[in-house]
Amino acid sequence: MEPQPFRELLLCAEEKRVGTRTVFVGNHPISVAEDYIAQRFCDNRIVSSKYTFWNFIPKNLFEQFRRIANFYFLIIFLVQVTVDTPTSPVTSGLPLFFVITVTAIKQGYEDWLRHRADKEVNKRHVYIIENAKRVRKESEKIKVGDVVEVQADETFPCDLILLSSCTSDGTCYVTTASLDGESNCKTHFAVRDTIALGTAESIDRLRAAIECEQPQPDLYKFVGRISIYSNSPEAVARSLGPENLLLKGATLKNTKKIYGVAVYTGMETKMALNYQGKSQKRSAVEKSINLFLIVYLSILLTKAAVCTILKYVWQNTPYNDEPWYNQKTQKERDTFKVLKMFTDFLSFMVLFNFIIPVSMYVTVEMQKFLGSFFISWDKDFYDEEIDEGALVNTSDLNEELGQVDYVFTDKTGTLTENSMEFIECCIDGHTYKGVIQETDGFSQTDGPLTYFDKADKSREELFLRALCLCHTVEIKTNDAVDGATESAELTYVASSPDEIALVKGAKKYGFTFLGIHNGYMRVENQRKEIEDYELLHTLNFDSDRRRMSVIVRTQAGDILLFCKGADSTVFPRVQNHEIEATKAHVEQNAMDGYRTLCVAFKEIAPDDYERIDRQLMEAKMALQDREEKLGKVFDDIETNMNLIGATAVEDKLQDQAAETIEALHAAGLKVWVLTGDKMETAKSTCYACRLFQTSTELLELTTKTIEESERKEDRLHELLIEYRKKLVHEFPKSTRSLKKTWTEQQEYGLIIDGSTLSLILNSSHDSSSNNYKSIFVQICMKCTAVLCCRMAPLQKAQIVRMVKNLKGSPITLSIGDGANDVSMILESHVGIGIKGKEGRQASRNSDYSVPKFKHLKKLLLAHGHLYYVRIAHLVQYFFYKPLYDAAYLTMYNICFTSLPILAYSLLEQHIDIDTLTSDPRLYMKISGNSMLQWGPFLYWTFLAAFEGMVFFFGTYFLFQTSSLEENAKVYGNWTFGTIVFTVLVFTVTLKLALDTRFWTWINHFVIWGSLAFYVFFSFFWGGIIWPFLKQQRMYFVFAQMLSSVSIWLAIILLVFISLFPEILLIVLKNVRRRSARRNLSCKKASDSLSTRPSVRPLLLRTFSDESNIL
Amino acid sequence: MVQSPGPAVRSLSRRGLQLPSFRVRLAPALQALGRRKGRWYLSSPSHSEQPGAAAHLREEELRPAPEGTRAPLASATARGAHQPDNTAFTQQRLPAWQPLLSASITLPLFFCAGLAFIGLGLGLYYSSNGIKELGYDYTGNPGSGNCSLCGVADQDRAPPPSCPCAWYFSLSELFPGPVYLYYELTNFYQNNRRYGVSRDDAQLSGLPSALRHPANECAPYQRSPAGLPIAPCGAIANSLFNDTFSLWHQRLPGGPYVEVPLDRTGIAWWTDYHVKFHNPPLVNGSLALAFQGTARPPNWPRPVYLLSPDPNNTGFVNQDFVVWMRTAALPWFRKLYARIRQGNYSAGLPRGAYRLNITYNYPVRAFGGHKRIILSSISWMGGKNPFLGIAYLVVGSLCILTGFVMLVVYIRYQDQSDEADDQE
Repeated sequence: MEPQPFRELLLCAEEKRVGTRTVFVGNHPISVAEDYIAQRFCDNRIVSSKYTFWNFIPKNLFEQFRRIANFYFLIIFLVQVTVDTPTSPVTSGLPLFFVITVTAIKQGYEDWLRHRADKEVNKRHVYIIENAKRVRKESEKIKVGDVVEVQADETFPCDLILLSSCTSDGTCYVTTASLDGESNCKTHFAVRDTIALGTAESIDRLRAAIECEQPQPDLYKFVGRISIYSNSPEAVARSLGPENLLLKGATLKNTKKIYGVAVYTGMETKMALNYQGKSQKRSAVEKSINLFLIVYLSILLTKAAVCTILKYVWQNTPYNDEPWYNQKTQKERDTFKVLKMFTDFLSFMVLFNFIIPVSMYVTVEMQKFLGSFFISWDKDFYDEEIDEGALVNTSDLNEELGQVDYVFTDKTGTLTENSMEFIECCIDGHTYKGVIQETDGFSQTDGPLTYFDKADKSREELFLRALCLCHTVEIKTNDAVDGATESAELTYVASSPDEIALVKGAKKYGFTFLGIHNGYMRVENQRKEIEDYELLHTLNFDSDRRRMSVIVRTQAGDILLFCKGADSTVFPRVQNHEIEATKAHVEQNAMDGYRTLCVAFKEIAPDDYERIDRQLMEAKMALQDREEKLGKVFDDIETNMNLIGATAVEDKLQDQAAETIEALHAAGLKVWVLTGDKMETAKSTCYACRLFQTSTELLELTTKTIEESERKEDRLHELLIEYRKKLVHEFPKSTRSLKKTWTEQQEYGLIIDGSTLSLILNSSHDSSSNNYKSIFVQICMKCTAVLCCRMAPLQKAQIVRMVKNLKGSPITLSIGDGANDVSMILESHVGIGIKGKEGRQASRNSDYSVPKFKHLKKLLLAHGHLYYVRIAHLVQYFFYKPLYDAAYLTMYNICFTSLPILAYSLLEQHIDIDTLTSDPRLYMKISGNSMLQWGPFLYWTFLAAFEGMVFFFGTYFLFQTSSLEENAKVYGNWTFGTIVFTVLVFTVTLKLALDTRFWTWINHFVIWGSLAFYVFFSFFWGGIIWPFLKQQRMYFVFAQMLSSVSIWLAIILLVFISLFPEILLIVLKNVRRRSARRNLSCKKASDSLSTRPSVRPLLLRTFSDESNIL
Repeated sequence: MVQSPGPAVRSLSRRGLQLPSFRVRLAPALQALGRRKGRWYLSSPSHSEQPGAAAHLREEELRPAPEGTRAPLASATARGAHQPDNTAFTQQRLPAWQPLLSASITLPLFFCAGLAFIGLGLGLYYSSNGIKELGYDYTGNPGSGNCSLCGVADQDRAPPPSCPCAWYFSLSELFPGPVYLYYELTNFYQNNRRYGVSRDDAQLSGLPSALRHPANECAPYQRSPAGLPIAPCGAIANSLFNDTFSLWHQRLPGGPYVEVPLDRTGIAWWTDYHVKFHNPPLVNGSLALAFQGTARPPNWPRPVYLLSPDPNNTGFVNQDFVVWMRTAALPWFRKLYARIRQGNYSAGLPRGAYRLNITYNYPVRAFGGHKRIILSSISWMGGKNPFLGIAYLVVGSLCILTGFVMLVVYIRYQDQSDEADDQE
């Protein structure tokens, strides 16, 4: 669906975004405001519908006729109406009308649903504070600047700046499940100066102006400033960030009510801006269809041209042109010759236009739409944990699943479970390994800890405090939001499961985090004492910085900075001598497949702090690039820290991830893992899930391998050349042969990290940079597995784009679960989202979403394969279907031959699903769009041509004597046509029956039913004098025809001849397939014997606990 | 995970040996041809199934589904859970019949079909050959008999004068009946589109309103120069074949010629004559009055109501006319003129000399056509047409030929895979 209005709106929003907007709270103009320019904002009406009642028909028609096929048929129809043609306009008009109507009804219905949803949203009642009174209004009446009251469990009607809430600290809890899928509560804050304004009257007295940026779609970015004019004329300015902004669509939780001022309304809210249709992905099959259409169109044009020429050659003989028995009207004689030729050409075109199937698009679409149900119905995709099955967001790509060449997968949450468990930590180089037992209240001083070696007690405590303080975890309690949470019923909620695992880990060691109250973090230490830390500043984790920091003030008044982050970002920022001991641990842990984080701290002197505080405040007040400025300040602070230790968190592999990867490999797919994780971690995961085998030779292109030399780029170049030599030498043949022989040859795996990749992709100014890229691509193509680690989300998309643009444009599939995978999912041909723990953003943006990675196997190998085969057949069949009376022609495409193929295309399973999943090699057969290449296409076309000849000439010779009955009565041209047509219908349907290898009762019903329906229809059509027809030419032709034995015999013969090659081919294929399978199975037997031993030790290695013990 | 299906396949195919199906009939032949009997199961689609017959029902029972699950969409919401329904349909596990065109089925089928086709072909061929046909081209090209005078005369003039000529022939033996008299025209494009649509079925069905207002398709034969509606309108009607024939029999040499009665009825389709074509309602019991105010087609010598003196065979329901109005499919065509089935001639034309009197009216040389008059008997399959018989014979032999080729190919493959087996 084209979200036309949105795009326009986005465009205009784009223009407006420059600069800021000023909003006056409560729409009370500030008297002292310098110059009050009345800014006009849109109202709070949400319009997601495309059409109104009035413009539906013209607009919808316009949109539909923008499609080439529809437009073509419209032209044909118009030609038929205007020019005198052999076929009546009804023949092309009716199917077109049918197609257009069905589509229009579908779109109309969808739009009606949208209208209804819009209305529901727009007419909802909200409370607005006007003149110190609560006024009930419809949601659409909210204006920017209005103060809105929202009750608990209500959704926000527009984007609000939180002014005050019923809690004393001015916080409220919000879930943004409908926006980004994260169901945890997030805390939003009010500006300190407005916290107290808890009533309608007080809020009404507030005089303040909010300056903020123009609306933009990023949900997590907002910069603004509120200037409060309380009593003094001098305004107090406070900064506003995303934590102050309540987004439309989010729901208020655990807070009784809040007051907020509307800043963005209606179509300018972040939700509306984000509600833009995804760019429509077109499948390779559809491209093939379009190509075939063009071929047929040119055939059509040539045919029409040739026929026109022949006609005029024939007419050259005067007695052919105008014999005495068939004279022209005066008008015809007077017609300009060229014009006449042109109209003749058009009529021929119209006559032959049936070689381009009208109903194909409808049928294809229906097939896709209905077919997608089978995916969501499949109970194998059902996951009990989240109580959901697979979800199909786009039905256009079903068959694309059978076409995938490259699979890009995220690691965290996709290959791995993303359920974290704190495994061990290391403090000053001493390892602490907890007994993994999740019993609450087990937090005794020296109970569960196994000390291998003891670090200094104070360091130990510092480390644990750091774990307790340096995070953004929140506590969700079941009851009130007060401090009485001494009980063990703490539920931690955080945006990343890492953090929860860490906090839980700390709890196990005796330090329990009790929550944040009024800016103080409360921690219960090992001695059951409560420690309060004033939270001064937090800089959240982001994927660029790869670390987070907090600045807290202890009760004693010391100011501490705690930082935790990936080793690569932390190590350069700590004093060198501390690194070594920890580094060994970190690397060891990473090898074992754990996620490691390093923890560091720094004491900040009070005067230093003041400076830092000022800088931070400044940065926070900045309207633009706040994040960057903050990051920069923190960058300055986070130097010379002291490393305390490191943590290791285990990320469990998903169920059957390894089997799935193996199956995908066997299916000839190339699996690339793109992860933001550390190389070592990622590598171990890859080993664990058998992406790399022990026999795989790894080629590393990482900072580590490159850093050895002075000039990075030279070294990189060397490496690239070297690797290429190796690979090219190894595989002199093309990639296609690689696919076949991958089992026998040495496998190569490539590991590359983000920084190297960026070096390659956007490497500097020297001329060889392009060269790098092409060499790199060559290397990638030769490797069976590629691991890209340390990837930023955008880099993931970059990689996908790079592969997508390779020669032969392979089909790519991306699978991921987190927000960081969205770019990759959107970029690739098929995007699959996993309904994981990192929110639903990925699955919302994907084309398909499944609960688990293992489902990919069935999705690709079974569903993808089947859909591809089905649609390929469908398309070919449509082009194969090769004319006559108007009604017959019309019915032909719609009824006689569409339904059976539809049923076929929905139900066919030429190979059993189980076989498909267990034998991934079968997938190779259909990769590369092999069924819709020119070969099969020509085969079908020639088959159709052959059959056309058989039909025509068979009947032609039969009609050498047109008396075909024992009473010697003579048959005419309508009988001729009817015979041809009957043979055609039977042949086409029986051919389908031959191709059907999976006969369910539906197939039986539809195939035999359509033949029966044809016969019935023919009788019916010929049995009655139709009063609305001018010419009763089909009258009784069919019945009369059936009374002739010769015609019966001829029909049988012709059908048989037409099907004969097909039968022959099938039988031969069966012979060959059987012997091929024999060979294959023999080979496979030996294969599996040889590959097994190499797999097994790996399994042992990765799945036993062996490796965890040091 | 990767298991070796090798042995399984082999055992399955061995099990295939014990299959009954068509083997019984073909076993001797196969024994002679192939080394191992019965191993001619050409295919099994996947090794996990096909334990037996080439075509069998995969018996996957419909698992008992909880109540209400048969309506998949409704129940999904009703139960609240999002678990997909476990029905055979939604899980794509409908019981299905998976036929396989294995050699065991197709080979006998090929042979059977081939034999049947050859049998049929022979039958068709002989019955077609048994049909007697006698024809005479009376186009009247110069020097081609006594019609050439008429033929030369007709040049360049559209409505020709009635020019009599005759065709003399003699039969040495009985021409077995019933005998039909056809006329044949060549190079006459009745299937031309402009020609084919130039008629008004509503007028022909006797609708008074349509009689006065012929359809536009009839132009230029829609209205006479005087503006009167032409009945019947259109090019087809206008070009009605108007040569007439009479057949005379001279029983004894030198004896008198006796007219052979020609039955001019029953030559059109029953439905055409009874349903599709009707005269307009009589006015005062007179057909001529009913047609008052209309003009005859320009080429016709007389109006439509005078086509025949027989009131049941005149006007629009004149059988000649009806036959003509059923346009032919090809530019050479035959149309039935009369049946000879009355009196002494019901068994056929006895031997003797005959004279066929022709009233030569219809000009064909203007468009390079020919006209022929044909006497023909008929069989159960219609007129003389060897095509169908020959086609059946060809296809039948082709079937048998392919059958043999397939057998050879099959046995070759069989041997190969046997060798592969042996090597293992």
